[in-house]
Formats: sequence, structure tokens, C-alpha cells
Amino acid sequence: MKKEMDEKKKVGVFICHCGRNIAQTVDIEKLMEEVREKYDVEFVEDNMYMCSDPGQNLLKESIQAKNLDRVIVAACSRDMHEPTFRSAAQEAGLNPYLVEIANIREQVSWVHDDKEKATEKASKIIGSTIEKVVRDEPLEPLQIPVVQRALVIGGGIAGIQAALDIADAGYEVTLVEKSPTIGGHMAQLAETFPTLDCSQCILTPKMVALSRHPKINLLTTSEVVSVEGYVGNFKVQIRKNPRYVDVDKCNLCDDCTAVCPVVVHDEYNQGLAPRKAIYIPFPQAVPASYVIDEATCLGIDPLICSKCKDVCLVEAIDFDMQPEIIEEEFGAIVVATGYDIYPIENIGEYGYGSHPDIISGLDFERLLSANGPTQGVIRRPSDGKIPKTVVFVHCAGSRDPAKHLPYCSKICCMYSTKHALQYKHLVHDGTAINFYIDVRTAGKDYEEFYKRAAEEEQVIYVRGKVSEIIEDGDQLLVKGVDTLLGEAVEVHADLVVLATGLVPSKGTQEISHLLKLSCDSKGFLKEAHPKLKPVESALSGIFIAGTASGPKDIPETVAQASGAAAKAATILASEYLEREPQIAQVDPTTCGVCHTCIHVCPYGAIYLDEVVGRITVREALCEGCGSCAAACPSGSIELKNSTSEGIRARIKALLQG
Amino acid sequence: MNKLKVAVALGATCAGCDVAILDLNEKILDVIEIVDFVFWPTAMDFKLEDLKALKDGEVDVGLYHGAIGTEEDEEIAKILRKKSKVVVAFGACANFGGIPSLTNMPYESKIFDVVYKESPSTSNPEGTVPLKETEVEGTKLTLPGIRKRADSLNSVIDVDYYVPGCPPMVPLIEQVVDILRVFVEKGTLPPKGAVIAGQDTLCKECGRTKPETISYTEFLSPQEVKEIDPDLCLLSQGILCLGPATRSGCGGLCTSMNVGCRGCLGPTDKVDDHGLKMISALTSLLDVEHEEEYTEEELDKLIEKIPDPLGTFYRFTYGVSMISKLHPDMEE
Repeated sequence: MKKEMDEKKKVGVFICHCGRNIAQTVDIEKLMEEVREKYDVEFVEDNMYMCSDPGQNLLKESIQAKNLDRVIVAACSRDMHEPTFRSAAQEAGLNPYLVEIANIREQVSWVHDDKEKATEKASKIIGSTIEKVVRDEPLEPLQIPVVQRALVIGGGIAGIQAALDIADAGYEVTLVEKSPTIGGHMAQLAETFPTLDCSQCILTPKMVALSRHPKINLLTTSEVVSVEGYVGNFKVQIRKNPRYVDVDKCNLCDDCTAVCPVVVHDEYNQGLAPRKAIYIPFPQAVPASYVIDEATCLGIDPLICSKCKDVCLVEAIDFDMQPEIIEEEFGAIVVATGYDIYPIENIGEYGYGSHPDIISGLDFERLLSANGPTQGVIRRPSDGKIPKTVVFVHCAGSRDPAKHLPYCSKICCMYSTKHALQYKHLVHDGTAINFYIDVRTAGKDYEEFYKRAAEEEQVIYVRGKVSEIIEDGDQLLVKGVDTLLGEAVEVHADLVVLATGLVPSKGTQEISHLLKLSCDSKGFLKEAHPKLKPVESALSGIFIAGTASGPKDIPETVAQASGAAAKAATILASEYLEREPQIAQVDPTTCGVCHTCIHVCPYGAIYLDEVVGRITVREALCEGCGSCAAACPSGSIELKNSTSEGIRARIKALLQG
Repeated sequence: MNKLKVAVALGATCAGCDVAILDLNEKILDVIEIVDFVFWPTAMDFKLEDLKALKDGEVDVGLYHGAIGTEEDEEIAKILRKKSKVVVAFGACANFGGIPSLTNMPYESKIFDVVYKESPSTSNPEGTVPLKETEVEGTKLTLPGIRKRADSLNSVIDVDYYVPGCPPMVPLIEQVVDILRVFVEKGTLPPKGAVIAGQDTLCKECGRTKPETISYTEFLSPQEVKEIDPDLCLLSQGILCLGPATRSGCGGLCTSMNVGCRGCLGPTDKVDDHGLKMISALTSLLDVEHEEEYTEEELDKLIEKIPDPLGTFYRFTYGVSMISKLHPDMEE
């Protein structure tokens, strides 16, 4: 099992003082002596700062002068300067993968006081690193060709922003949206906190810009059905569902809706208004075209009614349109599949959504909107009366691990404050009461906005949870407790708005399965690192934007979308991706094809090649984490330059007296 | 044609390996054609003196089965080495220490207590234990001393070839016979250290289909599974099977009977510690997608379902395992 060293390697060891960082705890003179005596090395030298220019020059000159073919720099963590020394060695003509770092700072000087023992430990770490470096093989970085085109999944504000940014950077983008228009939830909102900008007014310019952008290919009524491949080379199948209306011919004359006999709830208006089976989601929809709702239209197989087709002068309507499968390749993917709101039907204590005057925050947005079912006049759904008292219930179904969502959705405090404030603007003599647990205003100008509502605009804030809402005549009796006064509170309200939280959208769940993205316990997409890699998924080349990874407000969503776009653009920017070659390799002679590695690989980098019946590593996907090597029950997988035999030799060197 | 002189010696063994040779059935006649057994105490009337009487190197092939459990086993192994040109470790015990090496767990001073006093089926009110020397009616009787550990053959002598298995399966023994025939006819042998079995693992030859990814949520004994799917990977049905970590060569004898592999062929060339590798693989496979949701207590409960972890993962290889070397008795 022991690998024969075919030839003696000329190892050079460079020991860094790191100013006093290392030198005050490690006796450098003694260490150099020991390394010379104990180990079979060609050259040992020290320097005050190996990472400095003189230090690097020492490394380069010594490699050439002494003909070194292996180099160890005993200095700080390899996370810090491994690239520095590897590129210096490369400049001197040495393969960079023949340079190793012996960490004698973080692992020695910073954690020990006893100079003698620290010096001894430093020597052992160097000895162990020698065992690695003499086994290292020269490697070349992998070159992965890149398809310089991006896919954005989801056409809400996050997807729109990401697509625009990538396209503005000069790359082609395909944006796939499930519904007939882009815009997402933001298109449903009335005004936005804390500036009270009209949501549509700030969103629609971006929608138009997207539709006109020469680099953006917009696919609405479309879904991603399969994704294969890896960073730089994703092969994606998209199903474009039939719209039954030719986008190019439709002139938005609206003759069709007048004759359509089918009336259904309008989802854009949260079911608070009707629409026809042929409709345009909202006037500024992009693409600007009517669409037929396949599920309810009477014209699609069997053809019972064709009234719209009969009146359409431009002959835009085609009942025979078929789904179309589009296959395209992409170099990077941005997932912006957004959220759904927590259904008020789940909340039993607030009537399971059965009372027409107990509505969700998103419902209330529609009542506030000028293009909503009430043209922006606040009328309650049951009888159309203008409500004189409105209760806003914060944390409805949130922060309630026993029964509902355990987490805080971050935006509800602010949108409820906005709702109350806007209501006060519209109904001057009305009373707005907000029941809250605590008001969370962590955002720029958010606290000021809350103060304005509470102090200047007479919005009443009651600290306490609403326990029950029951019908009382034509009003609602809201029962709760004021925890500041320690008293039970009962309020008669004409309308109750439940500030429900955000949950992962159905699309987010579907995409996570399709792309094999991991989710957190709540079902939101998991970031590669919650702090340092917030827009990256664990899979290289797939990025996350917006609420798909958790509740966010609009500014945060837009910032994240731009971040994801920038990350995607860095991949698209080059024709080839360079990847670390220290990846897994499978020995087919001992591999039993047990599939263990396929299961443990977090990157989808290992698969069974059915043609040859062998376990195969997708080199472009492998991150070199070593999970497969540890799990492989037949010991057939090893990382390049980290063989089991080498690791054993390193451990032995560390443990030897 | 000169016949090969073959000696079959044994140590701590159940003699199943001897029976395995006889399991060649009519093929044993081919063996007799090329082989002269100069020592095989289980099958014929041989005494150790007969082996000692042979000249050094006179035996062409010496097979040894059983672990090195007693001082006498070690002595026999050394004599066999001296007398044989080629020594073959035959069977799991000679290869890895085998089941006898599980006695390395309770160390020497305790093993007699466990076996002669504490085991539930033992009635020994006087607490009699075997002694190296006993006086019986004026005669001194001796027994071989028990070693501190039951070890593999190669821990006491140089071994040329390895035939694992408990016992080695007929196809493997046939391979040995073929090698012997080539040796007789051409005088050539495989490279030293060769293992006469497959190079890869049981999964390759078990024949059950595997789901693309294997995962399980609990360990079950075969009798707990309502209906074992005869075509589906046993592990994915929750039945503990050491197949993924175990060398191929048996053709899936156990798995074809709905019994999980016990690992008698040991690990592949690439692996030092059979049990550790299997534990590493198994823990990696456990309900990966939800592993973070398990509490420590739930995990403990799962592990409790493995009745005898050491005996399960190291049934045949404890003697050569890393953990057996951590034993307190081994500190000197």
C-alpha cells in the first residue's frame, strides 16, 4: 500500500516570523536547526515577512537557485496567503500545487505561550506538511467553457432587477415567469413604506425597460421543467404554456372581455373582484396582451364558446395553441421565485378566513389601490360600507411556533403601519388600531415612519395579541389583551386586517426540488453562507435573489437581486472558468458502485454513468470538499493531492516523538 | 508430474475452512491430482511432529486457517513458515483475526471470567478456569497459554497470499486450485500479497437494484420487514448490510437470501479499517435530507437498534482494526 517515492524531492522550507506574531512564541533559530536536522530537506530559510515583496522574492530566487521542486511556507493559515505563495512559485517556474502551507501562527504561536513546546509543535507541523508536499503531484487548473447567457427564474421585482442588471452588463438573459405577466407581488401593492411611493409607479418603468431590453428574452406563462449540467453549462428545458392570445396581434381593445360569458375571481385583486376567462391581469401588464384562462374558458377543447374569437378584429385569439418545449443552455441561473402569504384560512382563532370582513394585508393593499376593486376607496367586502374602525393584527400566524409560523416575517409591522396610516389618510374620521407584540422597525427611516403614524396621525397602537375575533351584529368583536395595562380589551371593528407573514412560494418549493437546492426548516432556499454568501446557493453557478431565501422588504430584495446579478455576471464574464483541480477521483477497480457517494455529495457532482457502469465525477461541479472520500466504504475515492496514504503519513509525522 | 506438497495448519479456528475445502466435492479429485497433503491434521492422522520432521522449505504451499489465539498457534504458524515456500492465509480468521479476535475486547485477565464464569449458560460454582499447568494425580498436564490478543496470521509471520471468507467460498478455492495448477505446470505465481477474491465490493455482484441514492431512516432486522423486496438493495430497505464496504468474491451468497452481508471477505485493498469505513458510510447515508432535524436522543435510539455494534461492524476484522489497537492491554 505504501507508495514508493520514485525520486528524492528537493524540498525548500521558508519560515516566516510574521513580525513578532510567530517569532515571539516560536524560536525561529532553533526551529530552522531542527528542520534541517530532522527532516530530509534541501533548503531552509527564514524571513521577517514572507508575504512581503522581499519575502516572495526570496522564495522565487531560492526555487531557481536551489532547483527546488517542492516548497513549504511555514506561516499563517492557508486561508490567508496560500494563493500569494503559489503564484510566486508559479512565477519562478514551479507548479503552484507543489507549494504547501504549514500553519505555525493560528495553530501554534497564537494559541500557545510555552516557547519550547510551541517550537516543537511547529517543527512537527512542518514535518507533517513535508509528508504531504513530497506526495503532491503537479496539477493544472480545470478549464470549463462557459455559455455566456443567464437564466432568471421568477418575474417579480427580484427577477426583474436581476435580469436588467445582467443584461445591462452585456449578457443575454432569459427570464421565465409562470404567470401571464411580470411584476409579481409588488404590482399588487398600493404604496410602499416608508416613503409612500406608489408601488406601480416605481415598478412599471422597470417592467417596460425589461420588455424593451434587446438582451432580454421574456418568457411568460412558462415554467422550468428540467435542469441538467453545472456551472457555465446548464441545460434547461422550459415549457411555454399556451396563452391562446397572440401577443403581437392583440391591440388591447378590450372587446373580448365584454362578450366573455365566464366570470371568475380575479387573483390579481385577491378574489375581491371578478374577471372574465379572457383578461389582462392589470393595465400595465408586460407583455401587454390579453390571456385566456385555460381552466375556465369554454373555448378550449371542447369548443363550446368562441365569442371572444368572433369579436377579435385582429384575429389574435387561437384556441389551438399548444405548449411548447424550449431547450436552452445557460452559464448561470438566478432563482427569484418569491413568496406566498401565510393563508388566513389556517388561523382558526381569527375565523379561518370565513368572514368577509376579516382580510389579509395583501387584500387590504388591493382595497387601497387606485386600480383595485374599489378604485382606492376603502369599502369593506361584506356590504361595501366604509369602515369607521379598522383593527390591524400584527404577527397574525407569525412568531407562533406551536400553531403557525415560528419566525418573524420582518415586513408586517411596517406594512401594517403603512396600512393604518393610509387608511387614516382616506377615512379622516376613522379609527385605526394596531395590535402588536412589539413593533419592529429595523430599516432606514422605518422608525420615523412608525413614529409619524403613532404620534402625528393618531394611529392607535395596543401592545398585545388578539385572542379571538367573533361576529357581533354587522360588526366584528375583537378580543385581546393590552399587556401594558394588563387589561383585557374588546374592540368593535368594521374591518379586521390580518398582517400575515411570508412563506416560501409554491414555485420556490418546486424549483428547490428541480435544481436540488437545499432549503431551511421553513422551506426557504438556503444560502451558501448566511452571512458571507447571501446570494449564492450551495451549487456553483446558481444564485438566489429576493424572498425565495426568506422574508425581505423591497430595498433588500432589490439589493440582493443586484448582488445575485453581479455574481452571475462574474461567471459570464469569461469564456472559460478556472476551477481548482484538487477534486475527487474514483478508482473503478475497487469501486463497487454502491451509490453512497452520490447521496452524500452536496453539489450533485457525482453520478452513475450508465453507459460504462461507473461512478463518475463531474469535474466542473466538484468543490473538493472530500465528503465522498470520507464516506466511500470501499476507499475508492480520494482527492487529488490528499490521498489516504498521505493523510496517514501526515498524522504519523504529527504523533511521532 | 511432480505433485505439490501442501500442508494445512490451523490455529484458533472452527475448522469450517477444512470443510470448505471438502466442499469442492468432485473437484477435490483434481486437487489430489496435483497435490500431496503432507500435513492436514483435521482430515488425516497427522501430528505436529510430522510437520516438524519435514525439511525447511520442503512444503510448496502452506495453508493456515484460524487466528493466532494461543502460544501454540503462534508456534505452529512459525513452523509452517519455516517449512513452506509459500504461505497462504486461508479464511477470515487467518486474514483478519476473525471472530476469535473479538476476544481482544475483554482483555486476557477478563476473558476467562467472561467465558468460564459470567456467561449466562455457564454453571461453574468453583470458578475453575484453565491453567497452563495442572497437577492431576501426580502427572503434570499442560495447556497452551492464551496470548494477550487473538491476531491475524501476518502479525506473526510473513504471508504470501490471502484467501478471505468465512469460510472461503468454493469459487475462491477453485481459483486457488487453478493457481496451484499453474504453479505445478509453469512454476509461476501471482504477485506476492495478492488477495484471491474480487477487487471491488459486494455491491458490484449482489444483483439487487439500487435507488439512485440510498437512504434509510432506521435499522431493521430482516424479520421486522414485512415483505423484503427481493430485487431492491437491502440497505435502502433499512436492513443493515456491509456489502458496500466488503470485498466481492462470494457472488452475494447472503444477500441473495435476503440477509445483509456480514463482511467476511473483509475490506478492499484501499481500506485499513473495515468497520470504521462502514460506520462512516452508514452515518453518511442516514436520512441525509433531514439529518439536521434529528435530536441526539433520536440518533441514540437509532443506534440502539444495532444489537452488537462491535460484533456487527467488526465481526471478522476486529483483530486488524485500529480501535483494537487502542486497547488498554496494548499499551506496553
